[in-house]
Amino acid sequence: MPKDHGIGASPKRREDVRFLTGAGNYTDDINVYGQTYVHFLRSDVAHGTINSVDTGAAAGMPGVVRIFTGADFEGVGGLPCGWQVTDKHGEAMKEPGHPVLAQGKVRHVGDPIAAVVAESLEEARNAAEAIEVDITELPAVVDMKSALEAGSTKVHDDLSDNLCYDWQFGSDQAAVDEAFANAAHVTTLDLRNNRLVANPMEPRVALGDYNRANDESTLYTTSQNPHVIRLLMGAFVLGLPEHKLRVVAPDVGGGFGTKIFHYAEEAFVTFASRQINRPVKWTSTRSEAFMSDAHGRDHVTTIELALDADNNFTGLRTDTHANMGAYLSTFASSVPTWLHGTLMAGNYKTPAVQVNVKAVFTNTVAVDAYRGAGRPEATFQLERLVDKAARELGVDPIALRRQNFITEFPYATPVAVEYDTGNYHATMDTLESMIDREGFAARRAESASRGKLRGLGVNCYIEACGIAPSNLVGQLGARAGLYDAATVRVNATGSISVMVGAHSHGQGHETVFPQVVAEMLGIDEGMVDIVHGDSSKIPFGMGTYGSRSLAVCGSAMVRATEKIINKAKKIAAHLLEASEADIELKDGQFSVAGTDKSVAWGDVTLAAYVPHNYPLEDIEPGLEETAFYDPANFTYPSGAYACEVEVDPETGKVTVLDFAAADDFGNVVNPMIVEGQVHGGLAQGIGQALLENCAYDENGQLLSASYMDYAMPRADDVPYYKVDHSNVTPCTHNPLGVKGCGEAGAIGSPPALVNAVLDALNAAGHDIGHIDMPLSPSRVWSAING
Amino acid sequence: MAEITLTVNGRSVTKSVKGNTLLVEFLREDLRLTGTHVGCDTSQCGACVVHVNGKDVKACTMFAVEADGAEVATIEGEAAPDGTLSAVQAAFQEHHGLQCGFCTPGMVMTATALLRDNPKPTEAEVRDYLEGNICRCTGYHNIVKAIMAASGQDVTSIAAE
Ligand code: FES
Ligand code: FES
Repeated sequence: MPKDHGIGASPKRREDVRFLTGAGNYTDDINVYGQTYVHFLRSDVAHGTINSVDTGAAAGMPGVVRIFTGADFEGVGGLPCGWQVTDKHGEAMKEPGHPVLAQGKVRHVGDPIAAVVAESLEEARNAAEAIEVDITELPAVVDMKSALEAGSTKVHDDLSDNLCYDWQFGSDQAAVDEAFANAAHVTTLDLRNNRLVANPMEPRVALGDYNRANDESTLYTTSQNPHVIRLLMGAFVLGLPEHKLRVVAPDVGGGFGTKIFHYAEEAFVTFASRQINRPVKWTSTRSEAFMSDAHGRDHVTTIELALDADNNFTGLRTDTHANMGAYLSTFASSVPTWLHGTLMAGNYKTPAVQVNVKAVFTNTVAVDAYRGAGRPEATFQLERLVDKAARELGVDPIALRRQNFITEFPYATPVAVEYDTGNYHATMDTLESMIDREGFAARRAESASRGKLRGLGVNCYIEACGIAPSNLVGQLGARAGLYDAATVRVNATGSISVMVGAHSHGQGHETVFPQVVAEMLGIDEGMVDIVHGDSSKIPFGMGTYGSRSLAVCGSAMVRATEKIINKAKKIAAHLLEASEADIELKDGQFSVAGTDKSVAWGDVTLAAYVPHNYPLEDIEPGLEETAFYDPANFTYPSGAYACEVEVDPETGKVTVLDFAAADDFGNVVNPMIVEGQVHGGLAQGIGQALLENCAYDENGQLLSASYMDYAMPRADDVPYYKVDHSNVTPCTHNPLGVKGCGEAGAIGSPPALVNAVLDALNAAGHDIGHIDMPLSPSRVWSAING
Repeated sequence: MAEITLTVNGRSVTKSVKGNTLLVEFLREDLRLTGTHVGCDTSQCGACVVHVNGKDVKACTMFAVEADGAEVATIEGEAAPDGTLSAVQAAFQEHHGLQCGFCTPGMVMTATALLRDNPKPTEAEVRDYLEGNICRCTGYHNIVKAIMAASGQDVTSIAAE
């Protein structure tokens, strides 16, 4: 019998009613009295020197309150990068300045040059058209490899070249060289991980509201982590102390990483509101989002696998160019390094692994974390490569994977991480039971009878979630701690508010977190509410990304609830005139072991706030506890995915017929929500593999700047998915044994789909090593007819 | 400025609007019905779908003045006055057809229109009808399932929850 409440149950989501009835409170739904509107004048060239910005005519236009340019931000800090990577020579990465409004140069299409604040948006837009900008266009740096050639135009004149860092990681050179020198077979693959735009359906919004009465600024913003924004903007950009700065992220319409980062528009509205002493609101259009939201992926890689004569993996070596775009976004530098290189061992016991990454500046929008962040790139390379090796060797791709699986845990990889638990054979067994491999030949024949090519592709994945142990990431260059925090406030009548550092923007924390607290206390879930998204209400937590909410913030919540239970037991012992050691808590009742004496939860909480009969000499009144939780390790979800496709050889069109995902997420608190997370990730992975591509031309013009040109997956592009999370190897180091599920679908799905298409084509007699994503009809057709 | 009179969720409204005010802006800013969302500027996403004279319409594709005299229904009017959710809304909650909720009002209005015209659609018909509505969170699985369920069809056999 499935549970109907508590851990393991799937209660209906309590956030749903407000979203289903139009009562959500998204940032753009907030208007503040006296509000002004800002429109940013953005560069339409990729690279150029700003000779002058003449705002004279525009300033006199109707409704204009003030026009800002780069000059207004000369004494103001630039947007910081939160992670310093050290390159293979021990040098710090290059960190070019990132002004709020462009100063001297524009470096990508969309770089903001000026900002018009006006009484209405229409007036702001009209006035922006009257600003005269004189720019001398410079050659655009777009292709990463040519960006590194001697004599290339530089994106940042004050840097020696366009190389941000040259990073190397993993086994020592001799071990890797030896593996390749002694290999019986080497498989090599060149590939690109296509540039994507996260595209949460809610565009970004920022509303700055300065209150002169107490010198306090409030920023309402579409963020996954209000405290991170407060820290970065306050300490690094505007020089405002935390107690004068409040950051509110109310209902947020999806994030997928792109709402982690601190953006220029947030700093602008906060700054401008203080200057003009009125609220300033910015609402991104979708077109603006394409040229100002941080993009994702964009790696170009050569990867090689060495195998011995028995098909054991003996060595792996990668050489990647990672696009940073024109500026370093908040966590940009960490994505191709620590979030990517550390996962290159995958599910396999390859003894020697070496990862090389060159990060490159180009005249494109900044690139940063997008769902999976580094791990999809690692998984894609490795799982495409293993599939190619299986084909070259004429062995079964599942058997080759199984033969090389890590089976003993904990397992220390050659790339610095230690997997605590996992069972890769078990998830592969489950996957095989989900996909009817035996029946595939008949299905392929049936497709062939209709002139279609059918293919089946599989892959495995491993990811590192629950980011992250602060001391470890500190050594690796993170400029922040990555703990999280929760305050459990028990009210006099026993209801509870839990203030959490995690932020829910689709994940359903308001439903899931109370399941945990209510189960621990044995009370009704309806008595527990979650408070999140307002820096003035919640403790300093680091927010939601990297599938960390439950693993890290949930752990803090468990610790705080344990403190509540300990204190409540002391109060109950006093009320029951018993020894604290004898008090048991079950179903919301405190009882004395071995007796029928008990007090209810509500009696204890009331005593805490009306302490007439209370051990005041021993403990304080009240019942409120905070815990900060810093994880001991990452968590390591893993799984095996399969995709079945049909290819129309006449047109190159790929149809996804079936997608199966077998995951090990450790313990699961709410299966319904976990499955929903996987579904969403799968669609994003299918989108990457089949449809989505953020493209620039050689002049740095953004070709895919709207939904007309950037193909988002739609309902008729995807099938019903088969998902399973019944294989559970609990995380060994957090109290809930949870691993995180938010990114798995997006990490695990692209290679399965591409492997399936290549299976279809190669089984039909073609000899195609690889096709770069997205597998659009024209690319597939060209590969067939190439 | 032009004065328009229309019915919104059963109530008559008279307001002055500019000729270039989009219906979605009028609903959100003038009437403060913020359940109707804006997700794009190329009429591609469907976050703004409302009903105009019983038909599902992208409210970013028409001007408010064009709705003069029309009956407009938005997400705020879908539940009964006592708060009881409509069949489509209830099915979305039951089958976890929403995550961040941003696409949800448009999805619900689109699905409601579909079921009005085609009370027992096939899965393919549902997916086809949602062509103009983008959801980035759910992967559509539970949205399609919810719409099938709202139409009274058995969805218990659909793989996974
Ligand atoms: S806002 Fe109307 S279709 Fe996107
Ligand atoms: S639920 Fe977030 S876009 Fe659909």
